[in-house]
Amino acid sequence: MDHKLFKKDVHWGEWLIQKALLLAGISSILIIALIFIFLFREAVRFFHTGTPMDLIGKWVYDDWEERNVFTMMWQSISEVPKYSLIPLICGSFLVAFPATLISAVLGIGCAVYLSEIAPYKVRETLKPALELLAGIPSVVIGFVMLAFIATFVQDLFHTKFRLNAFVGSLGVSLAVLPIMITISEDAMRAVPKELRDASYALGASKWQTIFGTVLPAAVSGISAAVILGFGRALGETMIVLMATGNAALVTGNIFSSVRTMTANIAAELGSVAQGSEHYYALFLVGAVLFTFTFVLNLFSEIVLSKMRQKLRM
Amino acid sequence: MIARTLAGGALADLDRDDVAQNPVKISVHDLNMYYGNVRALHGITMDIKERAVTALIGPSGCGKSTFLRTLNRMNDTIPGARIEGIVTIDGVNIYAPDVNVAALRRMVGMVFQKQNPFPKSVFDNVAYGPRLHGITDRAFLEHRVEESLKKSALWDEVKDRLHTSAMQLSGGQQQRLCIARVLAVNPEIILMDEPASALDPLSTAKIEELIHQLRKHYTIVIVTHNMQQAARVSDYTAYFYMGSLVEFGETKGIFTNPEKKETEDYITGRFG
Ligand SMILES: Nc1ncnc2c1ncn2[C@@H]1O[C@H](COP(=O)(O)OP(=O)(O)OP(=O)(O)O)[C@@H](O)[C@H]1O
Ligand SMILES: [Mg+2]
Repeated sequence: MDHKLFKKDVHWGEWLIQKALLLAGISSILIIALIFIFLFREAVRFFHTGTPMDLIGKWVYDDWEERNVFTMMWQSISEVPKYSLIPLICGSFLVAFPATLISAVLGIGCAVYLSEIAPYKVRETLKPALELLAGIPSVVIGFVMLAFIATFVQDLFHTKFRLNAFVGSLGVSLAVLPIMITISEDAMRAVPKELRDASYALGASKWQTIFGTVLPAAVSGISAAVILGFGRALGETMIVLMATGNAALVTGNIFSSVRTMTANIAAELGSVAQGSEHYYALFLVGAVLFTFTFVLNLFSEIVLSKMRQKLRM
Repeated sequence: MIARTLAGGALADLDRDDVAQNPVKISVHDLNMYYGNVRALHGITMDIKERAVTALIGPSGCGKSTFLRTLNRMNDTIPGARIEGIVTIDGVNIYAPDVNVAALRRMVGMVFQKQNPFPKSVFDNVAYGPRLHGITDRAFLEHRVEESLKKSALWDEVKDRLHTSAMQLSGGQQQRLCIARVLAVNPEIILMDEPASALDPLSTAKIEELIHQLRKHYTIVIVTHNMQQAARVSDYTAYFYMGSLVEFGETKGIFTNPEKKETEDYITGRFG
């Protein structure tokens, strides 16, 4: 067996690099798994004292009406603490929905311009500018919203609350915009040139080609961008903490103050007694939020891989 | 009696005398074409006959595709591309300033080297062109789609799955779908850039058979690297070399008794 065909080639450097990369990959998955486990373990402990019903609402004696009424409130510091998730989920969606809508409209428009219309030079200047937008710390966006835009919005719409879901969603849409643009632009550029050529060769104009060929072919990628953007919007913390007014109300009014799941955790977790019901309730909020964004990310990943399959020619 | 060609294989049994009487469809005069400062075509002059197949042959990079794209102005989409000279179709200069390029491309359809169906259903692929031009009437579209698929010899294979994705068809079927897509806009001229180079022999034979059929109604210009294919399908052959037209004439003549030594070397495979 000492024929040369049986001698192994030894490349120690490659072996080392391979193992190091494997380790890096495994440890990042491990870290995510640990966060997952820790979060859910702490969250579940809420049920040692609380009931699932508490997460929706509680029957509380109302001094005004002089009878028990069902209240859906998050009131952690109170004689009868209330841990209803409804106002928080409501607040999160009331901010994330409009934010996603605004950034989708702006972002897809911008992506169409960048990928299909902008001359080379314009694109090469605009793209780095967008990276800059992505680099603005969210606390700065939040500050600008709180200090300036909120006043502007109040003057424009004569709202009751200066800080409200709409102001928050404007800020969040800015934070989500870069990822929305990047992913949908990538999706449009991934549409093979051959398809555009086929369209032009049939006598299509530029806009007919964009609407008839490019956008339909990129629709999964664009949907993925929107879903992912929605996940980001749900997860955004600093801007909503600063700009939405933080009143945990169950409302559908976009000009009302709201409190999101993220802002709720950020505002309360610092001052809570470890191991208390309140503490576990906050983890529960975190777990719910995590589940939402996890499912959204998973979904967008599936949609993206569908698109890659579809365009494979 | 079918003559053996220099490339081996046989000439197609076409009714060539008939074609010689056909009028000129495309007339190219002293055509130069540039990519930026690089000159890709040098003073091409040739007349292409109506309802005949003209094959463009020549080594890689000699400008066949470039020439083909000047005939439907697809070069317009390439930044820095520029032409000099005259190309007329039915006597009209297609580079005149007020030519409607969309209308030109409807008249001059193009089939690409790599089959490029849209990631849509079979039906929507064929209906794409008519819809572009404002046709929305369902019955009319259905009729047009069926007619086009029949002309491209694909109807029997896809009539039961018109509404499934075109991406599920085989490569050869996809290429015939691309031909149907072109036929659906009622072109007069069809340009084909190596339409069978990515296909297996059986699919290639089907495409060639299809070209025989289409030849009766359309003017066809086809680029091919396959000498036997050029001999089998074409009435006229043009040999390009380094951006120039070296020799152009009836396929019978070019393949049995070329005038130029370079042409003979290329056809017999002693070159390129
Ligand atoms: N978009 C382009 N920009 C710049 N130069 C180009 C472009 N397309 C082609 N060329 C150049 O023009 C010349 C002719 O190219 P063309 O594609 O027409 O050759 P071809 O005969 O079709 O070759 P093949 O048989 O390989 O397809 C080549 O030198 C090529 O590099
Ligand atoms: Mg070519």
